[in-house]
Amino acid sequence: MWRYTLTRLLQGIITIWFIATATFLAMHAVPGNPLAGDKAMTAEIQANLEAKYGLDKPVSQQYLIYMGNLMRGDLGISYTQKNREVNDIIREHFPVSATLGIIAIIFAALGGVLFGALTALYRNKWPDTVIMLMVIVGISVPSFVIAAFAQLALVRINGALGFSLLPVAGWGTVAHMIVPSLVLGLGTMAYLTRLMRSSMLEIVNSDYIRTANAKGLPATRIFTHHQLRNAILPVVTVLGPAIAAITTGGFVVELVFAIPGLGRYFVQAVQQLDYTVIMGTTVFFGAFLVLMVIAVDLLYGWIDPRVRLN
Amino acid sequence: MTMNSSPDPALMPGAFAPIAREQSVHRLSRPSLSYWQDAWFRLKANRRAILSLWIIIAMLLFTVLGPLFWRVDPAAQDLQQISSPPGANRSVVIVEPYRPWAEAPAAPSEPGLDVAAPPTTQQVRLVWTPMPGAADYRVYRNIVPVKQGGALGVPLGTSGSADVTHYEDRMDLKPGVAFYSVLALDANGAALPAVFTRRIEVANAITLAEAKARAMVKADDGLGVGDQIQYRLHPLGTDYLGRDMLARLMQGARVSLFIGIVAPTIFVLFGVLYGSMAGFLGGRIDQVMMRFADFVIALPFLLFMILFKIAFGIGPGESGILPMIVAMVILLWPATARLVRGQILQVREEAYVNAARLLGARTNYLVLRHMIPNTFGVILVTLTFAIPSAIFTEAFLSFIGMGVAPPTASWGSMSNDGIKSMLISPHELFLPALMISITVLAFNLLGDGLRDALDAKMRSRE
Repeated sequence: MWRYTLTRLLQGIITIWFIATATFLAMHAVPGNPLAGDKAMTAEIQANLEAKYGLDKPVSQQYLIYMGNLMRGDLGISYTQKNREVNDIIREHFPVSATLGIIAIIFAALGGVLFGALTALYRNKWPDTVIMLMVIVGISVPSFVIAAFAQLALVRINGALGFSLLPVAGWGTVAHMIVPSLVLGLGTMAYLTRLMRSSMLEIVNSDYIRTANAKGLPATRIFTHHQLRNAILPVVTVLGPAIAAITTGGFVVELVFAIPGLGRYFVQAVQQLDYTVIMGTTVFFGAFLVLMVIAVDLLYGWIDPRVRLN
Repeated sequence: MTMNSSPDPALMPGAFAPIAREQSVHRLSRPSLSYWQDAWFRLKANRRAILSLWIIIAMLLFTVLGPLFWRVDPAAQDLQQISSPPGANRSVVIVEPYRPWAEAPAAPSEPGLDVAAPPTTQQVRLVWTPMPGAADYRVYRNIVPVKQGGALGVPLGTSGSADVTHYEDRMDLKPGVAFYSVLALDANGAALPAVFTRRIEVANAITLAEAKARAMVKADDGLGVGDQIQYRLHPLGTDYLGRDMLARLMQGARVSLFIGIVAPTIFVLFGVLYGSMAGFLGGRIDQVMMRFADFVIALPFLLFMILFKIAFGIGPGESGILPMIVAMVILLWPATARLVRGQILQVREEAYVNAARLLGARTNYLVLRHMIPNTFGVILVTLTFAIPSAIFTEAFLSFIGMGVAPPTASWGSMSNDGIKSMLISPHELFLPALMISITVLAFNLLGDGLRDALDAKMRSRE
């Protein structure tokens, strides 16, 4: 187990290094000069600014400086916002995104397992049909469309009721979190439901279920103790990619619902071409996702010994 | 032939004679089917997949043939009909050119608010009976019915004095129903409780000169003031700049489907080449090649998609379609490469490949005749599932403003435009969103069907 953990961690670190390097190279391939632009400046100011940001040095040296700063956890200073460090931006806005994402993941995992088990239990009956129809919608409709229509529906409902049932946008209270996290988790939930369903149906025909039946266990106990517990295993494996999907899906939901999360900040930085913020958030998100996938893999290895033995 | 167990020395070649061939020893009870015929039969039996196939064909026809039938410039603006929903009232009355309201109108016979002339989008002339104690009047307009004690709407202006009990509204008039209110003000300008409200239907109006200038009326039509004519037809309405939605959906379909089909085709092809090469060469080269693929897979896809889009940039006059395809190809090939490599490794060990090799088949023959046909099913399924995710990616990028550059329309950028006026004209968001959803759904269902038909191992357990 230790060996497995160490190997995975080492792979993760190399991947993060790869992400950081690719980010650096991509940003250096951008045509134009990040400091040229709106204000007319003399050559002297230009030179001073370039010296300040280290842009007058050769690319190889810039890369070393960048990697050195990265190791110390310093992601630089925003180009468009004066006196604001990228670290501050992440520290301030990431907790919002993380909260939203965690609620969405919990919602998606609970909903996916529950609905998936239901469809398998009532196979080819109406609950199965209804849920699978919703799953198809969840997979086929882009998240920004669901977000927009959820908001539209909320406006209409609040208007019809005459008071605000749930806030339409913004952040702060629990009421603000409900609809955005539901919307954010929906796609993942649809995917998990599908996975859970096929996993459940596969297990129904396995030997240990037959044994359990043969020794006379009640059906409810077989369902909760044998089917459900074994069927959940594959669901755990996709949690890693699901976290990635929810993190990036969060961009859109944060944008639509005006949530001050890091995703919205990233999109803004992209639109304003704030290079340091783009690089910093990309590396941060990238590292976060890589670590999450490793964490899920380790968790899976811990749950299912067959994995780590391979 | 004898059944002797001991060899007969007298057994000479001449002792053998061919037996007569028996008729119909080995007739197959069913026609023999090739792999692809079998797959096609299975697919045809899957009604959802066939329906999806038809939807996809219809979408392609809509994109390719649609503009031939619906010859409307997707960039042309119709300023009379901005954000008009599908099926909006297009009739418009020809009116006299506007003349200032000179004479003071007669007060309505019954107490309340009335119109002095037919209300049109040219002008709404309001007149009301004097209210007791009023020093001035303020006029409001609302788009929803005014409730008792509720908001009166947009304040338009004041009449100026107690003697003036009429008001002319010419401010940004829209055809349809409006709710006008007149509020009495005291000498200090504070509101008095007295208020008149009236529901007024505002008709569309255009002057003859303007109609002629816009080629809605020809000189010899004989149409004059008071006649009804029709605005240009927009079957699916117009967007916030008055552009025809149907024409724009067709143009958007071209961009979305082009990216959605071309990008996956290229990266799947590249993945097939890379994967089969790694699988073939094996050993150390395979190790290095696949390690590299693993790193590319570990890159967070959407983040790097955005990063590449910035890095490539969009020059003036460019649509931004090419950088998006390039970025997708760079990031998405490894999944296919991995899959194909696995398949090749598996097929390489199959008995029929060994048999062919034993019979002296060359590498080229082995690859073309055995390996590729036997992995083609998996490749096709991958491609079908890659298309909807590419369409999704395009829509997502366009939605956050990182996709195609205006004025090029894609379904994603149209959704992005539509979301801003979602509350007033939901059709601008709904229509492109519907197109994305239907297309993605169709490709997903077709992919499911293909997977079930082509590959017994991958068959989903229904």
